[in-house]
Amino acid sequence: MSNTTLRLSGVHAKYALIETFRIPIAVIGTMVFPALALLFFVVPQEYVAQNPLYATQAVISMSVFAVMANSLFAFGISISEDREKPWDPYLRTLPVPGLSRVLGYVFSTGALGLAAIVPVLLIGGLFTAAEADPWRVVAGFVALAISAIPFMMIGVAVGYGMPSKAAIAVVQVVMFGFAFAGGLFLPPEMFASWLDTLSRFFPSRQARDLVIWAVQGGSLEPATWLGIIAWIIVTGVLALLLYRRDEGRRFH
Amino acid sequence: MTTLAHFDSVTRRYGDVTALDNVTLDIESGHIVGLLGPNGAGKTTLLSLLQGLRRPTSGTVRLFGGEPGDYRQRQRLGCTPQETALPQALKVGEILQFVGKHFDDPVPVDEIAAEFGLSDMLRKQSGALSGGQKRRLSVALAFVGRPMLVLLDEPTTGLDVDARRTLWQAVRRQHENGATVVVTSHYIDEVEALAERVIVVDEGHVIADDDLPQILGQVQGRMLRLSTPQPDAVLALDDVRHHQPENDGSHTFLVGDGDAVVTELVRESIPFSNLSMRRATLEEAFLALTEKTTA
Repeated sequence: MSNTTLRLSGVHAKYALIETFRIPIAVIGTMVFPALALLFFVVPQEYVAQNPLYATQAVISMSVFAVMANSLFAFGISISEDREKPWDPYLRTLPVPGLSRVLGYVFSTGALGLAAIVPVLLIGGLFTAAEADPWRVVAGFVALAISAIPFMMIGVAVGYGMPSKAAIAVVQVVMFGFAFAGGLFLPPEMFASWLDTLSRFFPSRQARDLVIWAVQGGSLEPATWLGIIAWIIVTGVLALLLYRRDEGRRFH
Repeated sequence: MTTLAHFDSVTRRYGDVTALDNVTLDIESGHIVGLLGPNGAGKTTLLSLLQGLRRPTSGTVRLFGGEPGDYRQRQRLGCTPQETALPQALKVGEILQFVGKHFDDPVPVDEIAAEFGLSDMLRKQSGALSGGQKRRLSVALAFVGRPMLVLLDEPTTGLDVDARRTLWQAVRRQHENGATVVVTSHYIDEVEALAERVIVVDEGHVIADDDLPQILGQVQGRMLRLSTPQPDAVLALDDVRHHQPENDGSHTFLVGDGDAVVTELVRESIPFSNLSMRRATLEEAFLALTEKTTA
């Protein structure tokens, strides 16, 4: 990757963030939703909320879900909407490689998604028994950022692959499928063994396991990190291919 | 003179619609080229191939000798967004800066803003600009990167006469500084005011490609305008090609030899008043050219 590619990614991310922050309510939506979900679904359940191990895992699951939802939604829908605006074909005429534009989305939308975790952590720390060392929290953030890449790339692929109305439908199906299969709603300990095995192939399960490992320690199965790397490669290639194939929206 | 853009036997289809049919064309440095044609003629497709937005179904397109889809080839290409496309929440200065950052040697924001009369509004969000100001900003964006080749797609559509003249002057100044400009328009007077070479496309074909005076010469027509109670009698005269009633009750005729037609009018004793005559414009020339192809 050349310097130009990286520099232009930063340029695109910067101006996307400036634009987003001019309409702050959009940012507040992203920031508040995961925190509310934790407040309503986890905090009232004493059994989970008062057990440090379960509470921490619940906070992690909710964080993974928040980042996944943001990646799929924000990328899939904002890209497919941008593509329908006439500004997008203009940007394509500029001397900027496709990778810079995709990374620009990662650095802007992706960064906002990670920022949305902060209120989740605050609520988790104040109202549940969840606990972690500060450096573990930092490690968790890094793990979360890495394991979010496949979701972002799926979002990018959906965004470039289909019009916005179709993107909304596909993103919802993928999001709830991944959330359930990945053990983000119900912990995988409650899964039947066949479902548990199947679940390990999902990027959502791998993301959850990676972040739990980063925050709580314990052992990390090779299948988890190998799986994440495989998903990053496959979804990354798919996203770039669909970007290159895209010629803007055309009505027949 | 160097070849900036090259089309070799280029065909582009959308499904079963053929937008460009075996077009071969070179654009050399140094001119302002007018690209004319009715809606759907293939003008925008021609430009989008050069911008790397679309690929030809067959044939080759070269930009500065390379592949337009490769972003490095577009370093010296300048394009305009549609005015409705500007990100409304960004300020004028920010948009100019953002676009400038894509180029090796961008024109400083203050300088390009002064050139296009945008200096007073650098801190305004683009959504707050008037139509004419947005249009000036859009066109300014094409020149931020000190381009060798500039593609202007309908640069002044919807602007009033003053705003159009201001923009034309700015484009001419940029051209004098060395930019080759391709301008599409359905305002014929725009092409007439700017262009030195004119390419006329219709139904995916190049039907004329020549210097402006030659294109004008291809229809050596005159527009004859007069008031008369017997327009049909005038139309029946030799060498009268086209009749258009005007709003004020007068009539305009496209005629070949104006003097001969007037002589004929008098000889036939057709009553008329308020006669005036002028050279046919490019629009009228162009109408005649497209009618020739469909005939």
